[in-house]
Amino acid sequence: MKSRGNLLIFFTILTGLVFIVKLFYLQISSDKYKNKADGIAIKKEFIFPERGYIYDRNNVLLVANQTSYDVMIIPKKVKALDTLQFCKLLKITKEDFIKRHKRAKRFSNRLASVFLKQLAKEDYAFLQEKMHKFDGFYIQKRSIRNYPIKYAANVLGYISEVNNTLLKKDKYYHQGELIGHTGIEKQYEKDLRGIKGIQHFQKNKHNKTIGPYKNGSLDTLPVIGNDLTLTIDIVLQQYGEQLMKNKRGAIIALEPSSGEILALITAPSYDPNLMVGRKRSKYSTKFLRDTLNKPMFDRGLKGQYAPGSPFKIVNALIGLQEDVISTDSKFTCKKGHRYGVRSVAFMKCHCGSFGQVSFSKAIYNSCNSFFANTYRKIIEKEESSANGLDKWSAHVKSFGFGNFMGVDLPVGDRGRIPDGKFYNKYYPTFKWKAASTISNAIGQGEVETTPIQLANMTAAVANRGFYYTPHIVKKIKGKQLNSKYTIPKHTSIDEKHFSPVIEGMFEVFEKGTGKYSKVKGLDICGKTGTVQNFIKRNGTKIEMEDHSIFIAFAPKENPKIAIAVFIENGGYGSVYAAPIASLMIEKYLFGKTNKPYKEKELFEDVKLLEEYKKLVTPINENQ
Amino acid sequence: MRTNNSNINKTDWKLISIYLLLIVFGWINIYSASKTDLHFKILDFSTEYGRQILWVVLSFFLIIPVLFLDTRFYKNFSGIFYIISILSLIGLFVFGKRINGASSWYAIGSITTIQPTEFAKIAVSLAIANLISDKQFDFEKVKNQFIALIYLLIPALLIILQPDPGSALVYLSFFFVFYREGLPKYYISIAISLLLIAIFTIKFGYISIEISIVFLFILFLRYMYKYKNLFFRKFWIQYIGVFIGLVIFIFGIHYSYKNLLPKRHTDRIDLALNITEDTINKGYNQEQSKIAIGSGGFFGKGFLEGTQTKGNFVPEQKTDFIFSTVGEEWGFIGSSIVIILFVILILRIIYIAELQKSRFSRVYGYSIASIFFIHFTINIGMALGVLPTIGIPLPFFSYGGSSFLAFTLLLFIFIRLDANRTNEW
Repeated sequence: MKSRGNLLIFFTILTGLVFIVKLFYLQISSDKYKNKADGIAIKKEFIFPERGYIYDRNNVLLVANQTSYDVMIIPKKVKALDTLQFCKLLKITKEDFIKRHKRAKRFSNRLASVFLKQLAKEDYAFLQEKMHKFDGFYIQKRSIRNYPIKYAANVLGYISEVNNTLLKKDKYYHQGELIGHTGIEKQYEKDLRGIKGIQHFQKNKHNKTIGPYKNGSLDTLPVIGNDLTLTIDIVLQQYGEQLMKNKRGAIIALEPSSGEILALITAPSYDPNLMVGRKRSKYSTKFLRDTLNKPMFDRGLKGQYAPGSPFKIVNALIGLQEDVISTDSKFTCKKGHRYGVRSVAFMKCHCGSFGQVSFSKAIYNSCNSFFANTYRKIIEKEESSANGLDKWSAHVKSFGFGNFMGVDLPVGDRGRIPDGKFYNKYYPTFKWKAASTISNAIGQGEVETTPIQLANMTAAVANRGFYYTPHIVKKIKGKQLNSKYTIPKHTSIDEKHFSPVIEGMFEVFEKGTGKYSKVKGLDICGKTGTVQNFIKRNGTKIEMEDHSIFIAFAPKENPKIAIAVFIENGGYGSVYAAPIASLMIEKYLFGKTNKPYKEKELFEDVKLLEEYKKLVTPINENQ
Repeated sequence: MRTNNSNINKTDWKLISIYLLLIVFGWINIYSASKTDLHFKILDFSTEYGRQILWVVLSFFLIIPVLFLDTRFYKNFSGIFYIISILSLIGLFVFGKRINGASSWYAIGSITTIQPTEFAKIAVSLAIANLISDKQFDFEKVKNQFIALIYLLIPALLIILQPDPGSALVYLSFFFVFYREGLPKYYISIAISLLLIAIFTIKFGYISIEISIVFLFILFLRYMYKYKNLFFRKFWIQYIGVFIGLVIFIFGIHYSYKNLLPKRHTDRIDLALNITEDTINKGYNQEQSKIAIGSGGFFGKGFLEGTQTKGNFVPEQKTDFIFSTVGEEWGFIGSSIVIILFVILILRIIYIAELQKSRFSRVYGYSIASIFFIHFTINIGMALGVLPTIGIPLPFFSYGGSSFLAFTLLLFIFIRLDANRTNEW
């Protein structure tokens, strides 16, 4: 019988083992229960540091913070109240009140949630006095952005509540927190935001805080956000935006000696204060829906256009570098470029000369024939057109074309510089010649660039062969600037080839296409551009008014500013782009301009609005 | 000479050491689970931990007479204890104080309450020991089996009626005692088979189980017919009787589970059998207990550092779910030590019980080993989510005077009996 006692011994040991295995499973094998416990028992409260301020290059304050007031609700604590008075104070309707109350209740009866976001300061003052009457409601202060100067919205960007995709990706953020959404605010989010502090509290089962967790030993203090100093000159930026009023396009101004962006203007733009507080959702939807004006689209960084004649500068430089032309070269222009024996010019020329065109004249009068021949020679120097184009493409790309520039802003585009492979794909038989791609010679055809790339090219020419990657932040408090903005990048063109080209660009203002925009006492070098453009409607190609382009830098020696101006449908380069560029240069270098009449004319110009209307008005198919 | 004068030297100090370790560690956990920021003093009798100290002190005063009384007293008075115990259980229906829906307590003024259910275990253990130690008693006889069963059924039924079905389950542990003392083996097989069939019925639904039984029985009949089994020809009525009995049993389990058992009980069983995974309503207690224990990790969060304990997230944490405090604050190490201590306690009692020359002492020892075993298994099994929620205390750990005193008496009566083993018989 004694052996029967083993049954209980067996069960006792078995139970002990099962329990220890189960304990191992619960306590050691996974963090699941640890995480659950923390979620249930520990409440984290964040202390948000003040977001960094943003200044322009002359320490003018561009972005500051202001306090906003959210009305919070704890539905459980709400008692009977004078709804009418409350709604009046909050400036909402009774239906809205009921809707919001229901929404808060659905979220939680016991926890606080936002009843009404970002109350206006004046409303807050009135409401605060009466707040004691409304049980279950209280006001929470939040810090939001404030823009003392209402320009440069595209550069500064805005902050808004973090979205769900990002919430999943970045554990730092939580529902309802603010994050830089575009522009500088997005690009330098980590510098601007600082680091929020965390306080841990012990909760009880009623979700009430009963004291600090671990005596606050895990708590952290917030680290204040860093202030930024931009390279932008806000006076110039503001001036440019005013000039661009009622126009579509972009102005980019760079300091060639450093790559600093002096002005980055896109038009149309908007007042950054519209992106603050309760107004934001209304206006951001409105702006995003405006697919014609595209106020949220940065044309300077993202707009891809054919560069037009300014691109001839690059081809001239490549021609000189490849030794297929010299400064003494002359080509015949018979109001256009002809190929072989055909008598019809398939590329027209408006340079006004008939006969031999010299190198300098080709630049200042923008001769298409001259550059078509130059381009052809560059391509035909190699055995196959593909190799020739590859070489050409490499030269062009050394100016920063055809790829992202690495500007410290979150948007940008590559543009397009075709190479041999590109045309091999285009013409599968491989039977293509320089002539097939001849439009590249004058910046049309397959070439596409963004305005900032053009400005950068201008800076590279101004520097006679090198450039610094354009950038928008000059200084971050307590941090070194990224070295990629302080190391010069060299083009594949030797320095000696720049002088004749610059002379040609100088002549543009003296006797060429830019002579009406000349500034007294200032040596400006520039190049106009007029770009054909088409839109497709109902399957037919319709030619629209040309885009007006101008690039320039000044002064000729020791250049201080390089600029690219792009006006959509502005006609000849000399009509809009050239005067705007020269005004900008004048304004930057002298602080004022001598052409108030021209300024006024541009400020008030509404002619282009008519032009833009054509883009949307239906066109009669018979026409 | 020593043997005649003093029992102290023959007292099993190892058992007492385990006992002391358990009550000290137990009290530490009650302190942690019931401490609030309002109370700082250890001897604050408005708190649970303060009152538990009173019970510990009181139990020490009880231990002294228990250790000095003549061992014959326990045997001779076992019948009287049993009757007093039964009467006190019956009295509950008249004078009992209702707490949490069960009249399981006598109120002693406004000072405290006493739960006779806890003390009944001692009386039943003594009575069963007395019954079985009779030289005439033979478990092979059906009559004796029946008497022994009645000894258990009376208190068990009275406890179920309180209603406190969890505490009544404790009496199932006496099957270990009966088996050890000669209950025919097939009882164990039958008990285990029926238990398994009942669990399968609940888990998989009675229809599939009934069909399986019918199918198996048809296979069995074919086999018997094919081989012209003589044994079957003789007893075919009994076989068919067993079959019909099983069919009725399965349906009975199904019926009583769905209709007779209160929903809160079936919910708990559903959870343990993984029939439902609702941890928000039905399984809230157990889920919170698992979270508290699981969050303890290897070393635990430390004394008074348990976030779940502080926040009172585990219901009944001071009493039935005290093990969740152990798990959270002392981690895998601490919990394993508690489990090992209980295993050692039970094994030590069995070991000493087998050494007894008197059958009375042996049966009593076996009884209390079985009682400690079932409390340990059900309570910790429940806290870990292995078993359904059954509210019975963890010996020496759970807060509560009656259970603490009863377990202490239960153990020390055995220590007293053991100390005398060389003197008698």
